Order: sequence, then C-alpha cells, then structure tokens
Amino acid sequence: MTSPARRRSYGVKGAPYTFLLPASLLFVLFFALPIGYAVFLSFRKVHVSGLGLGANARSEVWAGFANYTEAFKDSELLHGALRVLGYGCIVVPVMLGLALLFALMLDSEKVRFAPFTRLAVFLPYAIPGVVAALLWGFLYLPSVSPFYYVLAKLHLPQPNLLDGGPLYLALSNIAVWGGTGFNMIVIYTSLRSIPAEVYEAAKLDGATPLQTALKIKIPMVAPSLVLTFFFSIIATLQVFNEPTTLKPLTNSVNTTWSPLMKVYQDAFGRNDIYSAAAESTLIALATLLLSFGFLRAANRRNTRDVSEGDAR
Amino acid sequence: MSSLALRKAAPAAGTTPGTAQGPPLRRRIALVPTVTLLIGAIYTLLPVAWVVIASTKSGHELFSTFTFLPGTGFTQNIKDLNAYRGGVYWTWMGNSALYAGLGALLSTAVSAFSGYALATYRFRGRETIFNVLLAGVLMPPVILAVPQYLLLAKANLTDSYLSVLLPQILSPYGVYLARIYSAAAVPADVVEAGRMDGASEWRIFTRIALPMMIPGMVTVFLFQFVAIWNNFLLPFIMLSDDEKFPLTLGLYTLLEQGSNTPALYTLVITGGFLAVLPLIALFLVVQRFWSLDLLSGAVKS
Repeated sequence: MTSPARRRSYGVKGAPYTFLLPASLLFVLFFALPIGYAVFLSFRKVHVSGLGLGANARSEVWAGFANYTEAFKDSELLHGALRVLGYGCIVVPVMLGLALLFALMLDSEKVRFAPFTRLAVFLPYAIPGVVAALLWGFLYLPSVSPFYYVLAKLHLPQPNLLDGGPLYLALSNIAVWGGTGFNMIVIYTSLRSIPAEVYEAAKLDGATPLQTALKIKIPMVAPSLVLTFFFSIIATLQVFNEPTTLKPLTNSVNTTWSPLMKVYQDAFGRNDIYSAAAESTLIALATLLLSFGFLRAANRRNTRDVSEGDAR
Repeated sequence: MSSLALRKAAPAAGTTPGTAQGPPLRRRIALVPTVTLLIGAIYTLLPVAWVVIASTKSGHELFSTFTFLPGTGFTQNIKDLNAYRGGVYWTWMGNSALYAGLGALLSTAVSAFSGYALATYRFRGRETIFNVLLAGVLMPPVILAVPQYLLLAKANLTDSYLSVLLPQILSPYGVYLARIYSAAAVPADVVEAGRMDGASEWRIFTRIALPMMIPGMVTVFLFQFVAIWNNFLLPFIMLSDDEKFPLTLGLYTLLEQGSNTPALYTLVITGGFLAVLPLIALFLVVQRFWSLDLLSGAVKS
C-alpha cells in the first residue's frame, strides 16, 4: 500500500487528515466517548450512606463486576434474550430466503413487470418502522382488520395474533415486510455483476435455469448473502421499535420484551443507569461475538473476502 | 423455481393443436418468476393500500364496514388532524423534514470528505481509521443512545434539536459507500493532473472530485435521509417536548393515547397515511435519474 513511489506521488501529507477531521471528531464525541462512558458506568453504583437523606448521602462508588453478575442473574433479561432469539430464528431465514428468491426471479429471463415489482417490494424500506408496526398492528386488530372481517364472514376460527406464539409471527412479519426489499436489492445487484460469459458457458453445457440458479448464481452471490446475513443478525438483536409500537395495542408485549427495551426501561423507567450500562455492554459484546463468529464461520467456508462482493 | 419446467413445457405445448395463442406468449413471459414477484408486490402493497383506504373512513365506519371499501370521512379526518392540539402534527412533519434534510446534508458532506480522503490518499493509519469508523455500524443504537443522552445532559443539550441532529451526522455506512464511489469515480491521474496545475487539495476536491462523485453522494443523502426520517429510538430517548418531536415519535404518542380512546384511531391512521407519502414521493421522483442498485454499493464501470 505504501510503496515509496506512491508515497512520493501523494506528497500532500496533511490533507487526508484534514478531510477526515469532521468524521473523526464526530466519532470521538458520539461513538467512542459514549461507549467508554457506558463501560465506565457499568462498573459503578450508587452508595447510600445512612438513611439516604441529606445532600451527600448518595455517592457513586466502584461496583466491580456486581452489575454484570446481577445482569446474568436477571431473569427478565434472559427471557428477553430468549424471545429475541426465537424471533430472530423466524425473521432472518424467512427475510433472506424471500430476498434471495425475489432477486433470482428478478434476474431470470423474460420476467414481466420487473421494474414495478422491484420498486413495490422495496417500498417498505421507505416506511418508518413505527409506521409499519402501526399499519400491521391495525391489520392484526380484530375490530378493524379486513382479514378478521373475511374470517368472520366465512365462519372460520379467528386466531389472536397479538398474544402467545402468534405474537412472534406477527412481529416477525413486520420485520420481514420491512427488510426484504433492501436485502433483495443487495443480492440482485451482485447477481447482475456476474459476467455474461459464465451464463453462456452454462448454456452450452445445457444447464436449465434452475440448475443455473443453484449451481452458479447462488454460489457467485455468496459474499453478498454473508453480508446481508451479518447485517440482519445485528438488526435483529436490536429489535426495539416494532414491539414498542405494538405495546399500546396488546397486553402481551411488556416493557422488557426485548433486551434493548429492558435497557431502556432500566435507564429511564427505573433510573438505574448502572445496570442499564452493564446490560448494554453485555448486548454489545453478544452482538460482536455473534456477528464476528458468523463472519469467521462464513469465511472458513468461503475464502473470498466479504467486502469483495460489493466493491466489484 | 419451476420456471425450467415451464420453459421446457412451452415448446412441447406448441406442438399440440388448439393452443396457437398460448406458446408464443408463454415463451415471451416467464410465468413463475412474474407471478412470484407479483405476489411479493401484493404482500408489500397490501398494508399501504389498507391505510390509504382506512384514512378515508370516519370513526364509525372504521369499526363497522369492510375495511377495503373507501369511506366518506377523509376531509373530516384531515380537519380533525389539523385541529388536534393546534396542528401539532404538521409541526412533527416539519421537524422530521428538518432533522432528515439538514442531518442528511451534513452527513453526506462528512461522508464525502472521509470517503474521498480514504480512497485518494495513501497515508499512515488509513485502514485503521476506516475500520474503526466502520465498526460504528456494529454498535446497537440504544447502547449508544443511553450514554449519549447522559453525556448531552451534562452539556445541557438534551431535549433540543441538536440532541437529535448531532449524533446522526456520522454514518459509518455513508463513509463506506462514499469510499467505494470515490474510488470508482475519481481517477488518480485526474487528481494528479490537478496537482500539476498547482491547484490546492481543497480546490481539487471541490472543483474536480466532488462533481464526479455526485451520483454516489445522492445515494448517501437518500440513505441517510431515510435513516433519520425513520429513526424513532434517538428522539424517543432525547426529547420530552412534543413541539420538537419528529413524526415517528409523534405518531407513537398519538397511538399510545389512542389505545385508551378508540376515537383517536382515525387520527393515528390518517397521520400514518400522510407520514408515508413524503418518502414514497421522494423515491418516485428520484427513481427517474437514480438507480436503486447504487444503495448497495454497485458501481458501474
């Protein structure tokens, strides 16, 4: 990267650092500093002396790993994590499966209405998660939903979508609806960058469209599948908006439904920023472990670099 | 998946009499992909169609009529929304436009500076800086937002426009896209030629490189505009004064109150419908000269 010849030709030493100054400043102020502060707080606690009355009765002291051991023992956090795990096991495969299916269909020969359907499937990307949850929330609500109207007219059983097991499906559906389009575009873009010669060779060999899709297209877009998988895992672990928005419509979503809702509840509902900080740190670590664990596993199978799929 | 079966079947069907119209048509349209995509489009458009229709219903009609039939209350719903708390809904709409517009503009500028620097110059620490900036993508927003709130509270900046605007200016994905576009769109010898002519680095960037990067920067702007417009968590944590709320937070508080008073449902639905319009309009307008593929970092050679 820094061969002598190149270094000489780009002799303007200070310029890149000046160009990077705004980003670096913002990074320090709004990324590094808050993360450092959260980690710091996670090792602190409030010490109450005496009855806790008076101006100096409450003071912040070091807590060691106390907040972390509490977080591990906290059954609410554990249940939230398990709920999100179940939710993620539905969302990620269904969303990426549909995204890959639609991308392959868009890429197939002689498909009609492709520009229209591509835009339509992508449309939910432009709709805020809160509004999406609100739209679907009303469609799940028996008193206003057209689906329930039809079910009632046909005298069919009317499942309660906002409770128990179906609630997972209801929430997953909102995420799948919102996320499929963007992932489809990512996969479709990398499908279109496959050189035409590859297909000609396949055609000469007498490959059917299905064989071409399975044996050539899917392996060729593997890097972009890895990338979409990676981002989907991160997004799933952060689920917050949809269950929060559905909360007013059902009693089955509590204030600690997902780990991030629990963090919010601890920080602002219970005013315990120390526990919230420890929980945040744990979630951040879990996110890093899961996403990098996945990347390593994917890289071992596929030696190509992940970013290569995009940079092409 | 069975498009192969169809294509194989098509010539075979052509040999049977009585299907003179069928085969050439079927050969021109791949049925399975088309139908699959149309089903996908129906699935994504259904809730949008529903909200369009539901926003025309009066409160009474909403609960009593089949919801895919239009109602008669649209103008009344708009009037009610205008009247709600002195038209606070339009304040939210304006706030969202401000946060998203200004925020995306600043974000695009920062991304362009950084992406250009990372793509054009060879300097010590380049990859480290890039990787550290990118790592920001991995941080769950709530994990940032809670300490951001606490720190901004120390600076007396919470519950202000700045508290929502500032944390969203740096976009790791924007920097990543800007680097890709800059590397593809700005040839090194053009930059070198500018230097030969004695132009300053800043002048080379603004006069030569930036115009070449425009299509990519439109993408970064749109991406960040949508991200800020759709953001709920940050304003949810930062703001308490509803005069500063963006649409997402305003609609949420409306829904929260509506759960006790179903009379507010029509307001929430009408508000939801109007909230969806600006971004759809933006994408439809922009679509004429901009391709969706750019969003995933596609670079035409």
